[in-house]
Amino acid sequence: MKWRRTTAPRVAAEPLDQSRIAWLMAVAACALVPHGSHLPGWLIAVAALLFTWRLAQWKLGWPGASGLVKLLVVIACCAGVSLTFGRLFGREPGVALLTLMLVLKLHELRSTRDGHTVVLLGYFMLLTAFLYSQTPAMAAALGVSMTVITAALIALTGPPAAPRALLRHAAWMMAQALPFMLVLFVLFPRVPGPLWGLPLDAYSGTSGLSDSMSPGSISQLSLSGAIAFRVRFEGDAPPARDLYWRGPVLSAFDGRTWRQGSSAQRIGDGVPHTVPGRPLGYEVTLEPHNRNWLFALETVTTLPAGVRVSDDWQLFGRDGVRTRRRDRFESVLGARPGIEEWSGHLDAARQLPRDGNPRARQLAQTLRADSPADTVEAGLRLFRREAFVYTLTPPLLGDDGIDAFLFDTRRGFCEHYAGAFVFLMRAAGLPARVVTGYQGGERNEVDDYVVVRQSDAHAWAEVWLKGEGWRRVDPTAAILPSRIERGLADLPAGEPVPFVARVDLGWLRSLRHQWEAANNAWNQWVLSYDQQKQRELLSRLGMSQPDWRLMTIWLASLCALFATALTLWAMRRSVSADALARAWSGVDRALRPAGLGREAWEGPLDYAARIGRLRPDLAPVLSQACRLYADARYGAVPPAAATRELKACARALRRQRTPPRP
Amino acid sequence: MSDPRAVVDAASTLILGKRSRLELALTCLIAGGHLLIEDVPGTGKTTLAHVMARLLGLDFRRVQFTSDLLPADILGVSVFERETGAFRFHPGPVFTQVLLADEVNRATPRTQSALLEAMEEHQVSVEGETRPLPEPFFVIATQNPASQIGTYPLPESQLDRFMMRITMGYPDPAAERALLTGRDRRSLLADLAPVADAATLTAWRTRAEGIHVSDALIDYVQALIAYTRTGGAYRLGLSPRAGLALLAAARARALLDARNHVLPEDVQAVMPAVALHRLPMLEQPASHDDAARHLLQAVALPV
Repeated sequence: MKWRRTTAPRVAAEPLDQSRIAWLMAVAACALVPHGSHLPGWLIAVAALLFTWRLAQWKLGWPGASGLVKLLVVIACCAGVSLTFGRLFGREPGVALLTLMLVLKLHELRSTRDGHTVVLLGYFMLLTAFLYSQTPAMAAALGVSMTVITAALIALTGPPAAPRALLRHAAWMMAQALPFMLVLFVLFPRVPGPLWGLPLDAYSGTSGLSDSMSPGSISQLSLSGAIAFRVRFEGDAPPARDLYWRGPVLSAFDGRTWRQGSSAQRIGDGVPHTVPGRPLGYEVTLEPHNRNWLFALETVTTLPAGVRVSDDWQLFGRDGVRTRRRDRFESVLGARPGIEEWSGHLDAARQLPRDGNPRARQLAQTLRADSPADTVEAGLRLFRREAFVYTLTPPLLGDDGIDAFLFDTRRGFCEHYAGAFVFLMRAAGLPARVVTGYQGGERNEVDDYVVVRQSDAHAWAEVWLKGEGWRRVDPTAAILPSRIERGLADLPAGEPVPFVARVDLGWLRSLRHQWEAANNAWNQWVLSYDQQKQRELLSRLGMSQPDWRLMTIWLASLCALFATALTLWAMRRSVSADALARAWSGVDRALRPAGLGREAWEGPLDYAARIGRLRPDLAPVLSQACRLYADARYGAVPPAAATRELKACARALRRQRTPPRP
Repeated sequence: MSDPRAVVDAASTLILGKRSRLELALTCLIAGGHLLIEDVPGTGKTTLAHVMARLLGLDFRRVQFTSDLLPADILGVSVFERETGAFRFHPGPVFTQVLLADEVNRATPRTQSALLEAMEEHQVSVEGETRPLPEPFFVIATQNPASQIGTYPLPESQLDRFMMRITMGYPDPAAERALLTGRDRRSLLADLAPVADAATLTAWRTRAEGIHVSDALIDYVQALIAYTRTGGAYRLGLSPRAGLALLAAARARALLDARNHVLPEDVQAVMPAVALHRLPMLEQPASHDDAARHLLQAVALPV
């Protein structure tokens, strides 16, 4: 058999002209800039270098990169990516390789086809930027980038045109797509859960409470102004001092670190005990913190589906919280659950290390009173009486940290007080445990959400009293009641107050509230627009029982409606008001505010003559404009050139319309 | 070919301060229409007709209309000649290029209609024989609106035959002073040399007919006509003939302005003269100017 080599018929490669190459470089720049904040430095340098080289080739006529150079760059960069990230797959290395491909493609622009590749890559790069950030600012920036890329696509396929005209065209196309986007966003049937999974490396770098507590862990967290979660109460929000958001409960102590104990391991689907009282409903929108526990007010009574609770009233989701999630809880404030606590848990809550902290143990013996309640009182009295200082920057403590804190330094943050208090209670024979979580929260007047930040992280104590249950005792409140009333803003003078907690900058605060409310609205209605929100919205729009069939019908009809409306409008526009007429009315609009508008019945030359008598300074431009219009509209002159010049005249008249001051 | 504006310039030396009227009169003649001048005696109506005829190098005849004027007095009559034994036609004053019909409303309707037929057909039928009139042929008629006693006002159907009706008005003080101190008009008229001739006038008319009229302008003319018919201000709207006359006059006016396309300004300039005498208003306006303003300002220019 004889092989005949055939070459595929080559598509006539249409070479790219200089203006289109400039557009494609703009595409690369627009697609890469949003990635600037997270790409590794060396890659940014390489990309910038390659880009500048291409720019110099375009502008100064430098020689282009040869095939060998490009090959070497590819090999070196792939090695670099693999070294930096340890692999070639995943989000980070993938975006890095895309960046490289896009910049290298700029050195390979031979035909229109290459141009299309760059445009496509540009769109794809924009999409990947959403894997890193989904803030409104990023969305706006990507909208601008998308306009530029679309303009480049028009430049690539259409006849040559001025950049401004192309950008306007692109923006106009995007504006026309907007109603379709909204309809699809609102009505497209939502599936629960994300459509695709993200690699694990997408979730690094989130902060929050951990499952253990040692001196310094919470005060570190308190310096962060990041938002932990947002809450919307059904009805009025309770005062801040009553808001104790329960997180990990720590009942095991090894002498230095508090950890979760056996009671946290026993997890059930319902609440361990019923709690009497009037429940308060609220909705918590939790920022991702990568752990599986959730936060709710003490003491929670009603759980949403998929949330479980441990014997020590700690809430857990199924998996780590990797995306923003929203849950509705009900809680009874000021309840004391657990009158009939299982003895195993109580025993665990009395456990102390065999030795260590002898002075504290001795002190605990002096606190023992007739009734357990009095013992608790005595413990709190101790903190109130002695000269304890509440500070974000406590000194370092060595071994026997509780002894050192109670008797030597007496300077500490909430974790010191909570830890020491629980230690004392246990040493005095009472079951007690440390509860970590958040305390308080700031109401945003703009959207009425209560915002809880990492700086609200807190630790307090719980003591079990026979016949009463678990009683919350907050030793920090004994030292510095205002910490509980008003948050960190009231730290003693000289303490470094976290920037976001400062109250003296009132304007900054209200600005921040506005900004956060806008962000929250974006989060609530755009990013977390899920099946439930969709149902909620659609039923509010009068669509009861929205199922996917009904939604599809609505979707199709609304899209058809928009398409018809846009078509009709476009047809009408071309008949009623052509470009020349619009440019002419632009002249009128320019002068009307100064009371120099054209009468409806006035001919163009008469108009120019009349205004020329009133305002001789406008006469040259206006009479030119009127002559242009008259010639184009009533003469046999083609109107295209006149339209352009007429627009320029309108701009000039707008500048001149206020009379020069004598 | 000379510029039509030269006619107006030359006429202005004799008829002082009436440039816009002279322009309208010339526009009417270039457009091939007949002119009706309406004003009180002594305002220069006759002089205007004389001057126009002379400057355009046209034959000029004048007939003073009276109530005993017969059609034959205008058209001509066949007289039996004994020498030849046959009837011979003696052409009347209508066989001229410019006929000034002074005080046209003083003649009986019978005589008026004889004239009007000649105006419309550019020919005369006498005793079964049709005789063409010279070309060009214009009638410039005058009438005095002030004294209506013993007159036969022209009916609307006949007013429609006149392309334009203009008024003269009193001269302004400066013009009046120049008139009072200057030479006698009649001797001035005798000294006036023609600026153009019949052929030139025909050429101008041909050129005017070739002037570009855009769709936008037709839109405007139609809007104006529609307003007179449906606007509610007039007892009777403009006829199609009036529409044609309006457009022809606007073209001539554009020619006078040395432009090769017609502007709404041209239409507006000739509109009162062309339209108002054909538009019986429901409420009599205070003046011609008021009526003109009302008509023009009621219709917006289509963009």
